[in-house]
Amino acid sequence: MKVLLANRMERCIGCHSCSLACARQVHKKFSWSMAGIRIHSSGGMTTGFEAKLCVACNPAPCALACPTDALTQREGGGVKVKHSLCIRCGACAEACPVDAIYLGEGLPYLCIHCGRCVPFCPQGCLELVDEPDKEAALAPECAPFGHMEEQ
Amino acid sequence: MWTQEHFRVLHVDLTARKSRVLEFGNPVDALGGSGLAAALYDEYGLPQEPAHHPDQPLIFAIGPLTGYYPLMSKVVCAFKSPYHEQYAESHAGGRMALAMRFAGYHALMITGRAATLSVLQAGSRSMQIKDVHYLRGKDVFSTGKLLRSLTRSSDSRGHRSIIRIGPAGEKGSSYACINVDTYRHFGRLGAGAIMGLKNLKAVAMEGDADFQMPGGKAYAKIYKDFFQKVTATDMMRKYHDLGTPQNLIPLNELKSLPWRNLQATSDPAVDRISGETFAEELLLRQTACAGCPVGCVHIGLLRQQFAKDHEFLYRQVSYDYEPIFAMGSMLGLDAASNVLVLLEETEKVGLDVMSAGVALAWATEALDTGLISEKETLVPLRFGDVKGYAQAIRHLGLASNDFYKTLAQGSLVAAEKYGGGDFACVLGQEMAGYATGEVYFASQATSFRHSHLDTGAYSYDQKRKEQDTDAAVKFLVEDEQGRMELCSMVSCLFARSVYTHDALQEALAAVELTDMADNLTQASANVQQLRWKLKIATGFDPHAVKIPKRFTEVETWRGKIDETFMWDVQKNYADAIMKMAST
Ligand code: SF4
Ligand code: SF4
Ligand code: SF4
Repeated sequence: MKVLLANRMERCIGCHSCSLACARQVHKKFSWSMAGIRIHSSGGMTTGFEAKLCVACNPAPCALACPTDALTQREGGGVKVKHSLCIRCGACAEACPVDAIYLGEGLPYLCIHCGRCVPFCPQGCLELVDEPDKEAALAPECAPFGHMEEQ
Repeated sequence: MWTQEHFRVLHVDLTARKSRVLEFGNPVDALGGSGLAAALYDEYGLPQEPAHHPDQPLIFAIGPLTGYYPLMSKVVCAFKSPYHEQYAESHAGGRMALAMRFAGYHALMITGRAATLSVLQAGSRSMQIKDVHYLRGKDVFSTGKLLRSLTRSSDSRGHRSIIRIGPAGEKGSSYACINVDTYRHFGRLGAGAIMGLKNLKAVAMEGDADFQMPGGKAYAKIYKDFFQKVTATDMMRKYHDLGTPQNLIPLNELKSLPWRNLQATSDPAVDRISGETFAEELLLRQTACAGCPVGCVHIGLLRQQFAKDHEFLYRQVSYDYEPIFAMGSMLGLDAASNVLVLLEETEKVGLDVMSAGVALAWATEALDTGLISEKETLVPLRFGDVKGYAQAIRHLGLASNDFYKTLAQGSLVAAEKYGGGDFACVLGQEMAGYATGEVYFASQATSFRHSHLDTGAYSYDQKRKEQDTDAAVKFLVEDEQGRMELCSMVSCLFARSVYTHDALQEALAAVELTDMADNLTQASANVQQLRWKLKIATGFDPHAVKIPKRFTEVETWRGKIDETFMWDVQKNYADAIMKMAST
């Protein structure tokens, strides 16, 4: 099971390309919010950026809180989402410890760890990994802006 | 949500404290951005009334491709300028374009004057005018901080844009700017003063709505192509790498970088304020406008000791080519960190950095030649002396005395009173940082925004050696029309090699704006024409344009300025403008 990590947010330039790509490709929306990853500023523009996304809890409090099985536990962390079963009660968003679920028209929008946002990050902030590697979370090594690997 | 039927405009009347959503105009003809702003001014502006009339509209417009593609990330601000009383435009990046887009508005138009100093807060489902009298006189940074907590909603962080003015806007300086999200600006021609006149300290726009995706596979593919071009090729690399300051050394080598009020066009001290020096010694990080993966905004670290026990404070100051020219070479500074000191001061008071730097360069020479004394300037002004300038910027922003009040209306206004018009570096407004030659000087003095962004005249000067007036004027008119397409979309002009005419047509068609795509050439010509009509209706006479003597005294890489050629280009360009405006 692959998991999306946003471990190198120190490099983020706040372009929102990742969240726009997710909204566009995964959720078929033109939106800043209906996306599995949302970019917030930590304060103003002077303080850098943070990513709001599912951190792949296992067990996932949102799935445990869901009364209809619209959200179910995914093996290896994270959840599966089935909008057709959702009764829009909002319990999942409330249960999420990291504020990763956005309720759009009452429906939950969250990261499904598909990785389609990754190629759209010009700074290499995001990565899709097999097992959440604890060491990877520590050291943001260098592989930034798209064309710089040529050097 | 960008239909081909009409624009959706949020109109706020501050006097009546009322707002309404207008269904306005024809997108196939007006496109958006520059075109939409001009159409709105044409309908709601008061060309015969002065700029400070409370009912003059202050317009912010985005384009049909905003948010749909990378680098479609700018906003056009249009207003009647208090600097020259003509219809004017200023453009800015930041987060405002996407915030407006996701709030569901193609334009925001503000008229009237609030009874007390106010902030306007708007989103897709909200509109409030709040009293913020307690922010009077507050600088741009503390205003930003206070507004962030005052206007916060649950999911707004990072999806909201806050634009605001500093003391200079409240005091009505003719070149007060509007600060956008800390690091970007509606800089030139005094948009900040218009906000001040409206008693509007700030606007907070929240992009909180969602829309259906346009198009299908074609859109996904073309998006990816553009994205690849701007991130994975070298097309935009320089903007992310050193950023625009990479131009300092080449322009200095070409004898085209203004130094010390344009007394020289080249100086070995360039190495101390070059893009390379900034990057190696002061660059903290890059950041981006929302929707732009290039990230050209360069933030420098300014470290200042404030007490003797190794006590420092630090600031993050954004820098670019033009600010370094205006607060660096133009003032004879030869240390990059000193440039940041002045940029920070200018930012705080909310002045346009180019106008302020050039105005202070004029004041320095006026002081040196005895036209004014320290009685006027209050502090000593000497090329290279950062201390005096830091204080002078504050005086200029606060309009501390009669002299600074006058200088805050422009260098030529001050020169009329004190003398020194010959060395006021004004081409329609305080010059931009390109002393490239005759075509550029004629172009900036005469062109629509009196800006280096109206046309690529500075590079024309560098590329074309022969003196061919017809070719130069043809270039100015055609290049402007090309830019009208981009400025109506409203793309970042750095992306002009990516968004060619054909690419824009394809991009429009892929988001189901086919009529607009088909009409693009005609519509952009119409936009160009309407803008000139409005500028002339508000008093612009291209034949009355002046180019001060200093510009004829400089030496560029082409040698001495050929005045006959320069005036020939100017006159013929003026003819071409009058022709465009009368058809
Ligand atoms: S909003 Fe839908 S997904 Fe969330 S807990 Fe309620 S039913 Fe489950
Ligand atoms: S991994 Fe997939 S679902 Fe998660 S944020 Fe990226 S694109 Fe969206
Ligand atoms: S794409 Fe990368 S740089 Fe851009 S906002 Fe997302 S994480 Fe930040």
